[in-house]
Amino acid sequence: MEVRAPAGVIAYEPADLTVTVGAGTSVLDLDSLLAEHGQMCPLDPRDSNATVGGLIAVGLSGVRRLRHGPVRDTVLEVRFVTADGRVVKGGGPTVKNVTGYDLPRLLVGSFGTLGVLVQMTLRCRPRPVAWQWASTTRPVDAVAASLFRPSSVLWDGENTFVLLEGFDRDIGVEARAAQLGPPCEAPALPNGTHRGRISVAPAALGSLRDALNDITGARWLAEWGVGTVHVAGDDPRVLVDARAAAARHGGWLLREAGGDEAFDGFGVALPNGELHRRIKEAFDPNGTCNPGRLPGPHPF
Amino acid sequence: MCFPDSAETIAAAVRVARRHGRPFVARGSGTGLAGGAVPVDDPVVIVTTRCNRVLDVDPVQRVAWVEPGVLNLDLSRTIRHLGLHYAPDPSSQAACSIGGNVATNAGGPHCLAYGVTAMHVLAVEVVLPDGSVTTLGGLEPDAPGYDLRGCFVGSEGTMGIATRIAVRLTPNPPEVATLLLDFTSVDDAAATVSGTIASGALPAALEMMDAKITRAVEDFVGAGYPRDAEAVLLVEVDGLADGVAEQVAAVSEIGKANGARHVRVAADDAERALLWKGRKSAFGAIARIAPDYYLHDAVVPRSKLLDVLRRVYAIADEHALTMMNVFHAGDGNLHPLIAYDRRQPGVWEHVYEAGTEILRTCIDAGGVLSGEHGVGLEKRDLMPLLFSPDDLDAQARLRDAFDPDGAANPEKVLPRGSRCGELTAERASIGDKSCPLSTHALWWCRSVGEHIGKLAVGRPRSATGSWKCARPRA
Repeated sequence: MEVRAPAGVIAYEPADLTVTVGAGTSVLDLDSLLAEHGQMCPLDPRDSNATVGGLIAVGLSGVRRLRHGPVRDTVLEVRFVTADGRVVKGGGPTVKNVTGYDLPRLLVGSFGTLGVLVQMTLRCRPRPVAWQWASTTRPVDAVAASLFRPSSVLWDGENTFVLLEGFDRDIGVEARAAQLGPPCEAPALPNGTHRGRISVAPAALGSLRDALNDITGARWLAEWGVGTVHVAGDDPRVLVDARAAAARHGGWLLREAGGDEAFDGFGVALPNGELHRRIKEAFDPNGTCNPGRLPGPHPF
Repeated sequence: MCFPDSAETIAAAVRVARRHGRPFVARGSGTGLAGGAVPVDDPVVIVTTRCNRVLDVDPVQRVAWVEPGVLNLDLSRTIRHLGLHYAPDPSSQAACSIGGNVATNAGGPHCLAYGVTAMHVLAVEVVLPDGSVTTLGGLEPDAPGYDLRGCFVGSEGTMGIATRIAVRLTPNPPEVATLLLDFTSVDDAAATVSGTIASGALPAALEMMDAKITRAVEDFVGAGYPRDAEAVLLVEVDGLADGVAEQVAAVSEIGKANGARHVRVAADDAERALLWKGRKSAFGAIARIAPDYYLHDAVVPRSKLLDVLRRVYAIADEHALTMMNVFHAGDGNLHPLIAYDRRQPGVWEHVYEAGTEILRTCIDAGGVLSGEHGVGLEKRDLMPLLFSPDDLDAQARLRDAFDPDGAANPEKVLPRGSRCGELTAERASIGDKSCPLSTHALWWCRSVGEHIGKLAVGRPRSATGSWKCARPRA
């Protein structure tokens, strides 16, 4: 059954730096509203049609993660419908909270396998006064080391693209210190019929570069300091080879789009499989929530 | 009680406990305020104070692996020469352990800008309640499947014990400015807090102290806090030069517009350290006012701060109690503190009742029961104020997935009756003003907790084995 979640902002108090929205709310609509008050939730979806609930259910963080943290750090409270039809609240609406177990973090990235997200409260941040992308061909590690709190450092193996956010003069000082080129457009994430994202320890990115460059037809862009690598190609072999390269470097590849029929979404068994199995059974004993989405035997 | 000195011996202690059919409770430095580490149900107490090694520091990737007993401030001291620090900085950071910080998802003044412990823990090796050892999370940005690391952080020892922890290290900011603003009314100080947050500035820390605590601290530390102020704000902004200058100007202006008498900007690191010493010594300074204190930890939406503060003072007046407030104003994380003398007959009942009323006030204002100390034993039976039976049932399901036998830190966090089908008689008593956890029980927990804390410090290392396990005397 296809589920369409309620859309719209339910509560927004700018002085609290929190916003509560229906899961079906468009991320871009939310961003426009927050911008009017000089705030933001740095969700940064790749697709302009993304909804807040969808983005949180898949747990995909945006390219400013280096500075603003993963999407799971943004979610303070969730409401979701359980497999047996109850509405459950987890977390709390304040920026700090250790009252009970962290159900929001459990739900972020659970791909709808534990219930259906209907509403969430998110942490907002002040919107930066100024921002600027710039690029350089200097070694990426030296560039990154010379910057204080860059918002994003993207690397294609040769070129480094840096996003600086903050106050005007600081951005200029930082850009000069890192010997960045003139301001440029934000680099496009690699596109193609077949897309995936690699997760590896950031220290492995340097050696992963050669492996990715050896894959015919692979286009890729890495988030330096984070360990996410966006990979795309026009042939499904690209994802197969990129997944193998990721595995050799201690990581894994999540399929985002395409891949041939045999290509699994995760390509790895879930770590701590027994814990995963028990959590899934506790929330969805009959396996009705998005069956088959997570790897492994029944009940996923 | 036992005192393992490594990840392996912590795991062994859990297995011994389970083999003998005993539950277990992990204990770090014992600085938590909610009784989270207090033994209930005759458990084996596993004290992590001897597991205090920083195992590995990677200054390039800015990651450190530490044992759970490493003290929070010791980690930052160890990496200071690298220009790095560990950002979560609870006021007890000189005494509290990273393992305990993980258990309570601890905060601290600087989590306003830098975030709480959960945002700084990348991976955690744990011994699960069945005695098996595994790693949750990892150094890669995302793990396949559920965020088990995220579930574990803040679970107050009820999902197992952290044996090794990978934490993110934060580069020291190039510029730091610390401001002290003083006011002739608490209202003006609170308005300055709201105005600062609403202006788009996000200070690294934004702390408030009221008149009584300011005087006590000044007498104790001599930091130059104005003794005649009704409230002071300690504000820190950090980052790059231009941003710091702009934010110092903005905070000063907002403060003056709201009636700040003086805005003092610390001239150097020594003055900064002195101002912070005042704030972080606040709880020690209370001994100058009364021998005992009961400190609360609740969070309210920032826009409700002023209303809630007024009500908190009124509650104290109604009970004729000495109320002080020293807290993380920027986050809305209140720490109402009642100073009293336990030898005074009948006072404890008033202290406890006033505390419960304060928590209810915070919940009514849209707040939560705990910002950084957790639910533990103290607030367990207040959970239904915030969560419905279905909400609590969902939390119980998550806990039971980690600990099907209920062996890890039993009787904490979730009230009895949380699980679907359990007797809910206890929950019925929440509707009225009486709390099911008796005053006597709470008093007992605190006393035992303090006692065990002292024992842990003085315990000698075993000459033969690497850890000792002794059955507590009945």
